[in-house]
Amino acid sequence: MALKSAMAVTGVILVLFLIAHMYGNLNAFAGQEAFDTYSHHLRELGEPMLPHGGFLWIMRVVLLASVLIHTYAAVALWRRAGRARPVRYQVTKRVQRSYSSYTMRYGGIMIALFTVFHVLHLTTNTIHPGGRSESPYERMVAGFQPEFWYVTLFYVAAVIAVGFHLRHGIWSALATLGINRQSRQRSLNIIATVIAAALTIGFLLTPLSVTFGLVE
Amino acid sequence: MNITLRVWRQKGPDDKGRMVTYKVEDVSPDMSFLEMLDVLNERLILEGEEPVAFDHDCREGICGACGVVIDGEAHGPETTTTCQLHMRSFSDGDTITVEPWRAKAFPVIKDLVVDRGAFDRIIQAGGYISAPTGTAPDAHASPVPKADADRAFDAATCIGCGACVAACPNASGMLFTAAKVTHLGMLPQGQPEREARVVQMVNQHDEEDFGGCTNIGECAAVCPKGIPLDTISQLNRDLLGSLSSGAAE
Repeated sequence: MALKSAMAVTGVILVLFLIAHMYGNLNAFAGQEAFDTYSHHLRELGEPMLPHGGFLWIMRVVLLASVLIHTYAAVALWRRAGRARPVRYQVTKRVQRSYSSYTMRYGGIMIALFTVFHVLHLTTNTIHPGGRSESPYERMVAGFQPEFWYVTLFYVAAVIAVGFHLRHGIWSALATLGINRQSRQRSLNIIATVIAAALTIGFLLTPLSVTFGLVE
Repeated sequence: MNITLRVWRQKGPDDKGRMVTYKVEDVSPDMSFLEMLDVLNERLILEGEEPVAFDHDCREGICGACGVVIDGEAHGPETTTTCQLHMRSFSDGDTITVEPWRAKAFPVIKDLVVDRGAFDRIIQAGGYISAPTGTAPDAHASPVPKADADRAFDAATCIGCGACVAACPNASGMLFTAAKVTHLGMLPQGQPEREARVVQMVNQHDEEDFGGCTNIGECAAVCPKGIPLDTISQLNRDLLGSLSSGAAE
């Protein structure tokens, strides 16, 4: 139970982060200056109470802790599920479960791998298709050029995986935290679908716009 | 109707077990699934073979004794108990795969019979109320709102058949546990032990090697009694409340 609550709470933290992250991404449509200034302001947030970049480091620690706890809980529950059914069925049938609910674990692995790549690519710029740059905007635009279509494709696949993960994850977190009631079950599922869809579309817009030349 | 059955045969708890194929001929569409197995068993007995062992008792869908996984679905294609499933739900010439409930907490005793003692131990851990002594109280001594009474009753209809565990991809027994927690938690008689009950029952559930719930909802979808999925959320609410207040210690 502690595992599931930890899963739900860290999941909620990560969803809130994703919403903020998407807002940041969409600044790309306001041009290079807006995007780079936004990125710069993130480092100045909380100054002078916090040192330069202090807020960002607090966020990084919180996020990393959330990811680690989330992963630990997921692995523990996965292993428990494996132990709980040592002999598998010869025939299985999905009665009502959604695609997203039974891809949670594999989707989670894919998202974790993607996150590592994503940080190496656009945060630390260790991987730099299209060249290094000090400007986050240039890093992004260079990385999603049509000739690096495979990078974009990977991002698109990962973002869709995030969408499926959230579709079941948001609903499941709310149910685990005891919020579900029969009268609300439908609404909670709709909320989960809407948030998941909004984040998927929001995150797809920026890289695809670069690839298709809408943002240069 | 002529049916081809693929049935799990296992001589005993330590046998490895295997699927065996049988042809069952002249099956009436009006037979229940268990009657079809009876026909097969009578033939096996005549042929000097060991009949297929399966659990059953009332055959009216109220006792919870029967239950097998049919073509990958607990209790088969209809939302009812296996005894109330009829052969008209299948077509002539179908091949039907029959397996026992699969869970570490429900070890196979023989063929399709599993030991569901784990459920009894979950109930023993907290699925009861303290018994008051003396004469029965007046019926109107502790009023219960209609909505609460209905919900308690809906949850109380659980027959403990184990389909929820069989259908759960995690082999979790949460719907069963939640049904009892909800049933007793909605009524005034269940209040004195409410906080301790949920913690003890969930602890026992975990000790029995059931998996963890991930809110997929297959349990409620196959439940012959229609126990609602949100009972699990009610259990979670009670559990979080109980743990944070420390009342369970």
